[in-house]
Amino acid sequence: MTTPRTRVPGEALLDDRGPHAAQRPTEGPRIGVLALQGDVLEHLRLLAEAGAAGRTVRSVADLEALDGLVLPGGESTTIGKLLDLQGLTAPLRDRIADGLPVLGTCAGAILLAREALTHDGRPSPQPLLGGMDTVVRRNAFGRQVASFETDLAVEGVDGTMHAVFIRAPWIEEVGPGVEVLARVDTPLGARVVVARQGPLLASAFHPELAGEAGLHRLFAATVRERSRL
Amino acid sequence: MSDLTSESTPVTGTDRVKRGLADMLKGGVIMDVVDAEQARIAEESGAVAVMALERVPADIRADGGVARMSDPQMIEAIMDAVSVPVMAKARIGHFVEAQVLQALGVDYVDESEVLTPADEAHHIDKHAFTVPFVNGATNLGEALRRISEGAAMIRSKGEAGTGDVIEAVRHMRAIAGGIRHLATLAPEERYAAAKEHRAPIDLVEEVAELGRLPVVLFTAGGIATPADAAFMMQLGADGVFVGSGIFKSGDPARRARAIVAATTSYDDPDVIAKVSRDLGEAMVGRNVDGLEQGERLAGRGW
Repeated sequence: MTTPRTRVPGEALLDDRGPHAAQRPTEGPRIGVLALQGDVLEHLRLLAEAGAAGRTVRSVADLEALDGLVLPGGESTTIGKLLDLQGLTAPLRDRIADGLPVLGTCAGAILLAREALTHDGRPSPQPLLGGMDTVVRRNAFGRQVASFETDLAVEGVDGTMHAVFIRAPWIEEVGPGVEVLARVDTPLGARVVVARQGPLLASAFHPELAGEAGLHRLFAATVRERSRL
Repeated sequence: MSDLTSESTPVTGTDRVKRGLADMLKGGVIMDVVDAEQARIAEESGAVAVMALERVPADIRADGGVARMSDPQMIEAIMDAVSVPVMAKARIGHFVEAQVLQALGVDYVDESEVLTPADEAHHIDKHAFTVPFVNGATNLGEALRRISEGAAMIRSKGEAGTGDVIEAVRHMRAIAGGIRHLATLAPEERYAAAKEHRAPIDLVEEVAELGRLPVVLFTAGGIATPADAAFMMQLGADGVFVGSGIFKSGDPARRARAIVAATTSYDDPDVIAKVSRDLGEAMVGRNVDGLEQGERLAGRGW
């Protein structure tokens, strides 16, 4: 066993077996999934469905030759620290400033925000990438017992999407350049859960947990458009 | 903007929502902590979640006596201290301890063999709860029986509180090997396999098709070093629980960060070498071979 065994966590324990096996097509725009922690595999599957060539990103070298990047769901504090540890924070900020299209779901949406708040509205001290003019409230819907699934309409996506919210944030404030694509009703009123600013797309819910490819198609279209520029 | 708002009634406590939180923890390290200070160190070191308990398994072993659910006040103090998910343990079969933990709002209940079992025949009916459960397993059949009872996440049991990885390896190999074997069977051979594993046929079919469990599979019980964590990841774990291994070591924060880094870069020996340097003392540990039968925790549950 001199060669380390590699497997995306959650992948089948057999090579090339089962619908969970990560598919990595070589055609289409090259879209990375940040693979430090979280639900990487589910994003790779949806990228394949959206006609993109997905690949995992764990190091600065992996960032080269990328047309777009997905920041998956996971723990935003953990992913933020691992970004620092891997020396990815500064290079990623540079790429985002250069116009790299990024899709962030849940933890990814938090990492893309200008500012993160705790569930009760205090500043959350954690490393972020930024890029979007948004303020995100973490665990805004409550702890895990309040996690839920629902159907909702997202602008730019045909039909309704089945949306899975896990200890989810919501987008508390959006700047003037940010487009709101979806809201969800809460006892406090409607709250923003999907937003877009140029090539950056943030979702508070997990389309990847329901196998909903709509947002990934929308994102892949943005990536194709940008890589043609 | 009403056309952009939700179009159906939100539903909580579904299998997808329960299993989904475990999906978010993949590739991460969940650490045992006994107070708010340890919880902060764990979070600061990159833990994806913490397990709140009064005594780590090494101390439960040393102290003896009956080990029960932790004091709610202590669990709440930990929930207030960190933003990552907080798990807590209930005794096997003790559904009232689980009710209490759900009422406290913990994010995952571990129906754990580390505590003294409360029922010698029945595990908790986990479908009845909104809070998700993680259960230990020593082999594939045990994992599937727990999933049929509603477990939303499985961890290989290992032998908690020893710092000896051999049992975690045995159990991970048994689960992963069992899955690989099922996946090679002809469809008509799956019925006999279900009987052999004492597991429902529908779950056996699902595992054979997927080549994996239908829920996330972590490892636990005896992981003490960065290399141990990476070893378990290469054997097929989706993530790692570290119990006594961190806060029973010489420099907990440093060891915690190293184990997190090694779990992320589990297939990169250069990184594992780098983070393993100068970590201070590992937990002293106890050789599993030296344990009396009555001291073995993995035999609890069935």
